[in-house]
Amino acid sequence: MVGPILPLRAESIRVARGGKTLLGPLSLEIAGEGVTIVLGPNGSGKTTLLRALHGLERLREGAVRWAVPEPETRSQQAFVFQAPILMRRSVVDSIAYPLLLDGLLRGEARARAADAAEAVGLGGRLALQATDLSGGEKQKLAIARALVRRPQILFLDEPCANLDGRATREIEAILATVREQGTRIVMSTHNVGQARRMADEAVFLFDGRLIDGGKASDFFDTPQTPEARAHLQGDLFP
Amino acid sequence: MNKFVTVCILLLWPMALAADEMKMAVTTSFANSGLAEILLPAIADDLGLNVQLLIVGTGQALKLGEAGDVDAVLVHSRAAEDAFVAAGFGTHRREIMYNDFVIIGPSGDPAGAHMATAATEAFARIAEATAPFVSRGDDSGTHKMELGIWTATGIEPAGDWYRAVGQGMGAALNTAAGMDAYILADRASWLNFGNKAGLGIVFEGDPALFNLYAYIPVNPSRHPHVNSKAAVQLEDWLTGPRAKALIEGYRIEGQQLFRFSAVEK
Amino acid sequence: MNDILTGMIEAVRLILTLDPTLIEISLRSLEVTVSATLIASAIGLPLGAWLAINRFRARRAVIALLNALMGLPPVVVGLLVYVMLSRSGPLGVLGLLFTTKAMIIAQVIIITPIIASISHQAIRELWAAYHDLLISLNTTRWQRIKALLWDGRRALLTASLAGFGRAIGEVGAIMIVGGNIDNATRVLTTAIALETGKGNFALALALGFILIALAIAVNLALHLLSKTERNSLW
Ligand SMILES: Nc1ncnc2c1ncn2[C@@H]1O[C@H](COP(=O)(O)OP(=O)(O)O)[C@@H](O)[C@H]1O
Ligand SMILES: [Mg+2]
Repeated sequence: MVGPILPLRAESIRVARGGKTLLGPLSLEIAGEGVTIVLGPNGSGKTTLLRALHGLERLREGAVRWAVPEPETRSQQAFVFQAPILMRRSVVDSIAYPLLLDGLLRGEARARAADAAEAVGLGGRLALQATDLSGGEKQKLAIARALVRRPQILFLDEPCANLDGRATREIEAILATVREQGTRIVMSTHNVGQARRMADEAVFLFDGRLIDGGKASDFFDTPQTPEARAHLQGDLFP
Repeated sequence: MNKFVTVCILLLWPMALAADEMKMAVTTSFANSGLAEILLPAIADDLGLNVQLLIVGTGQALKLGEAGDVDAVLVHSRAAEDAFVAAGFGTHRREIMYNDFVIIGPSGDPAGAHMATAATEAFARIAEATAPFVSRGDDSGTHKMELGIWTATGIEPAGDWYRAVGQGMGAALNTAAGMDAYILADRASWLNFGNKAGLGIVFEGDPALFNLYAYIPVNPSRHPHVNSKAAVQLEDWLTGPRAKALIEGYRIEGQQLFRFSAVEK
Repeated sequence: MNDILTGMIEAVRLILTLDPTLIEISLRSLEVTVSATLIASAIGLPLGAWLAINRFRARRAVIALLNALMGLPPVVVGLLVYVMLSRSGPLGVLGLLFTTKAMIIAQVIIITPIIASISHQAIRELWAAYHDLLISLNTTRWQRIKALLWDGRRALLTASLAGFGRAIGEVGAIMIVGGNIDNATRVLTTAIALETGKGNFALALALGFILIALAIAVNLALHLLSKTERNSLW
């Protein structure tokens, strides 16, 4: 077993592509329990930040450090992409896949995958091809697949961006349970209402820089920057 | 994955074959005669020997023997055979039988080859008329026979009318049938040929057209892996009474094709 | 036209009478080509996947080489294998020339580039879709290849079938390395060449029709199999 991998510290990280800085330099710490919401307008760098923390982006500067050496954290991290990446497999086999990677036998992996599917409300869809699911179900499948290894931290990139109200509520409920079970959640959204409902902690990105944030109650009541204030009020930027 | 590889290996290396077998390179004309279908089963019966035939031109047949890829050759090109044995690739040369070549041409015979009294004259008439002539052009025994006749006429065959196709007897006959051309063919191949179209025999009977088949075992001191025991057995059989009866008795459309000519050692 | 008709009639007659020679050479055609396809797939499919997911310096060169090899005339392959396997060649001691094994080797060389190239295309698309997920799940290189091969299996089946189709209809190379020996290395294509050479067009055509039917039957059977699999996944 791997010990606690948190806190996670991003130290002066910068991501650039072709000479243009997309993100940072910025520093950030994720510790304790609960939900950190990454907030910001489109193109502000939310996706890039999450991917950088998860190790999917090459850093031009700085480093992401965990409480244990990074290779040991790999199986303890999970990521849900904005557009769910679906394998050409049935629902149960899609969810079982990470367990097979860990060396579980097919039967046991499927049994645990079936439980994980049940937990997100896909219990009746096990044999369906993943690509035949509805939009909300696809995102639930991605969440179940991310959770099946019982990670310590779960990153989600705008998981509800393309979903209707009902599917959004269902996913928020699932994530509330996940949070209670002790999984640390870091999730981006551009939906202020959702951010208010879910956040214990907030991070506000603007133009690739981290310019505001803090404890949820403080940040939502008294944002320090005009950009954050405007965003929280639903203003459109020029 | 491992299972998969095992299956592949099993497919690649099936059980070794039981019966004794040997490989013999023979010429296309011999194979086309159909005589092999009579002789091979009899050999299998008498000797328990499975003779596998590689059907190629004389040139390639001798190459196969030279490389040790066959155990014996049965060919018909005297000069090349002598050179082969002299170079030590074969142990010796043993005559088995002969058949003859015929000159095939369009039934109208525009070159008047049928009026010739010798093969050389027939060829000369074709060249004079610049009538289309198909040559095997593949270094086969038939090709060598054809070139020998041209040399004897003193004519260098060249020009639009002379088409060297570089293929076997059947393919060359197909080509000749397609363009109403003259062609030199062995009688057996001609009789067995299924696509005669408008062609027919325009000249035959000149002893210069006789075609002698000889058997040469590949030299085991050069290629120790050759099945020389089988090669010796086969030679004895081919020069024996059973082979004589089968060879002389073989007929197509009522015509005898081969004459047995082996002499006792 | 007449030849085609008599050819068809002859084909039907040969099949209905279960002509022993026909069955023998058809089975040998299948044995050689199925073996070659299995071996070439075992090499070509992982190679295609490997090329799709790895960036290394010689990658472009290898892909260019594969494409060039796809255009290699089978006769040239046959000649090279012949020279290698001849008793006086470097691999002569194996004694493989003029056996079905030599024919399998030649066909493997001919179709491996095809299978690798088609699977490379298919796997590259799948890899683009799976990339972030498989990286996120911390997969090893071999696990990635396995997932891509398994999930891309229908496209890969198509790649293998393309190889099979090329091999079963191939004549130039196997004629040279197999020798078209009756009862030993004669297969449908070399028999067709032989009968054409004898001017027996009807028989040659009949064998041709049987060859086509065989290729279609194998394709249909495999596609049906892969369909049923789709519906009984769990
Ligand atoms: N592959 C890329 N090449 C260049 N720029 C990119 C690329 N991907 C994203 N960007 C840019 O990086 C910035 C941040 O993008 P992103 O992190 O996706 O923002 P968000 O998720 O907040 O909408 C945007 O300006 C976007 O246009
Ligand atoms: Mg985004």
